[in-house]
Amino acid sequence: MRLRQSSLSAITLTAAISFVPQCLANLEISIGYLHQEIDQGPVLSNILPEPEDSGLKGTELAINDSNTTGRFLKHHYQLQPVRDDDPDRLIQKTDQLYQSGVRFFVTNTPADTLLKLQSHLPDDAVLFNAGSPADALRSDRCIANVLHTLPSRAMLTDALAQWLKAKRLNKVLIISGNNRDDKAYTAAFKRAAKRFGIKVVAEKAWSFDSDLRRTAQREMPLFTQTKEYDVVFVADERGDFGEYVLFNTWYPRPVIGTQGLTPVAWHRVVEQWGAAQLQSRFDKLTGRWMTSKDYAAWAAVRSIAEAVTRTRSDDTGMIYNYIRSDQFELAGFKGRKLNYRDWNGQLRQPIPLVHPRSLVSQSPQEGFLHPTNELDTLGFDRAEVNCSNPS
Amino acid sequence: MKLKHLLTPLASAILLATTCAQAELAYVSNEKDDTISIIDLETMDVTETLDVGERPRGILFSKDYSKLYICASDSDTVQVMDLATKTIIKELPSGEDPEQFALHPNDRHLYISNEDDALVTIVDTETSEVLAQIDVGVEPEGMAVSPDGKIAVNTSETTNMVHWIDTTTYQLVDNTLVDQRPRHVEFSKDSSVLWASSEIGGTVSVIDVASRQIMKKISFEIKGVHRDKIQPVGVKLSDNGKYAFVALGPANHVAVIDAKTHEVVDYILVGRRVWHMDFNHDQSLLLTTNGISGDVSVIDMDKMKAVKSIKVGRYPWGVKVKP
Repeated sequence: MRLRQSSLSAITLTAAISFVPQCLANLEISIGYLHQEIDQGPVLSNILPEPEDSGLKGTELAINDSNTTGRFLKHHYQLQPVRDDDPDRLIQKTDQLYQSGVRFFVTNTPADTLLKLQSHLPDDAVLFNAGSPADALRSDRCIANVLHTLPSRAMLTDALAQWLKAKRLNKVLIISGNNRDDKAYTAAFKRAAKRFGIKVVAEKAWSFDSDLRRTAQREMPLFTQTKEYDVVFVADERGDFGEYVLFNTWYPRPVIGTQGLTPVAWHRVVEQWGAAQLQSRFDKLTGRWMTSKDYAAWAAVRSIAEAVTRTRSDDTGMIYNYIRSDQFELAGFKGRKLNYRDWNGQLRQPIPLVHPRSLVSQSPQEGFLHPTNELDTLGFDRAEVNCSNPS
Repeated sequence: MKLKHLLTPLASAILLATTCAQAELAYVSNEKDDTISIIDLETMDVTETLDVGERPRGILFSKDYSKLYICASDSDTVQVMDLATKTIIKELPSGEDPEQFALHPNDRHLYISNEDDALVTIVDTETSEVLAQIDVGVEPEGMAVSPDGKIAVNTSETTNMVHWIDTTTYQLVDNTLVDQRPRHVEFSKDSSVLWASSEIGGTVSVIDVASRQIMKKISFEIKGVHRDKIQPVGVKLSDNGKYAFVALGPANHVAVIDAKTHEVVDYILVGRRVWHMDFNHDQSLLLTTNGISGDVSVIDMDKMKAVKSIKVGRYPWGVKVKP
């Protein structure tokens, strides 16, 4: 008995020794938040605009969450937000943050600016893309030290196409807006349609400038009078004309895409898996709904904090490697643990399909199988990525 | 003995009738119906459905089974139901959004986790006085007091820690980091071992209470179920020290674990999204609440199989059996 006791206390002692120095180390983690303000131009449907601080508030909540946890470990997190509408000035401000010692950056910028930021910053800076859904960043223009918490357009449209397949809605009319983003969204959907065997019966470009608020009921039926379709896909990321397609199509069919049934990273209607708690914390902090960009920015900061908690380190390289390792797991309120794809740095995640007042479904749909992880049926899988030097 | 012989047939008939009326009852909180279902374990039927506060989740009995405490999460209160009259006789100041709680062996002090406020609130159930509020991690959830009454533990779902609270000083004394989204904690009868489930991590940590170090992490594997869908929530230990039962959420199974070797020995198929569990008095039955299928599965402990499912309200959450 005595022997057992003394050996036990020896073990406890060694455990205590190895534990104490790490545990007492004060860590101070600074995270930059880089926001490029974008003027989307005037839109017809401007009743419910995207909040101006979409993204920023997500990081703020994550900083609060992380500091509550950090209190027990003597880890402290602080946010350093900068914003500008000019990419060059934003880069300058980012430079200053880097000079002052910041190594982690959450970005809410278009893809072009992200590329510039990455090539400008030294190699030990780690960026989390929480602003651009551009497919190129995840397929053939992968860049080093960049992780993506916002889903790519390919993930979103794959989520839609799987749902179409599950509902046996096989024939689609595509209506695409004319700007670059809308075309990219349409291209992503066409890729998804091809992957999952959805037939595009007609494709139309929206190029009219009439005030649809008054005339949608007259004009939209004519515009959508094509070969018969099961569903109408709309690509209108800004929310210009898309809202007026619903209930006005020639055939009375559902609308999906950027309006109607919409694939998102996050939405107020997501409540399962403890999400109600995250939603209410966010609402308490901001007084508004949590958007997809808020969620992506939240997930970025939480990823950093989770890695700091587990590694008990503030070493950028160690944290980055931990995040990209198979040990990393993030509880993201989406019903399963989330982690990053090692081939392009994209955060794997289920995609909720929502309409403004309710959750309709969540992809991957049941039955879409994958040899290693069903979540990889959404977006660019390993074999589809053509990065010479993946990040 | 003599007394027994003296009983007239009439008196024994009355006695029999009362024992029948005192069949074991299972109380089930229905999160989305704001009700408690009462199941008669003799007939396996719901005999009564009682209206309670909003979003009832954690429930537990006073030591003498005269009162039922109910976490009415959205009413921001803990309700006290008198079980003789089945009426709410008191509401305790629980702090905001009470989700789970535990009663100290002294039968008076209730330890409540306040999910929205990152707090544990301790309330005296007799005087309704708040004795202390303790800062813990984000989204406190699981709550337990050791059978010897010395330690209270709380888990925080987003901070991913087990927080250890001294019940004499009400101070937080230590934290143990566990896997993602710790949901539920359960002490062994001798207070020496703590079992903590991690829903998203997919594991159960078996923790040595003296050193507060993890002795073993148990993971699960069910054929045909993706490991990410195996999400441990409720934990229940059998009194004979042989088994631990772990409800695996959307995997729709309860894992049976050898409590000594910590090896999983069996998986029992139950209803959808299995959440919490309780034994009947002689531990011949184990009841599980199944959130999505809206029913309670009854597991026969000899057969280690679900033998019956009983429809209750929407989103059944907690279950407690009154002997």
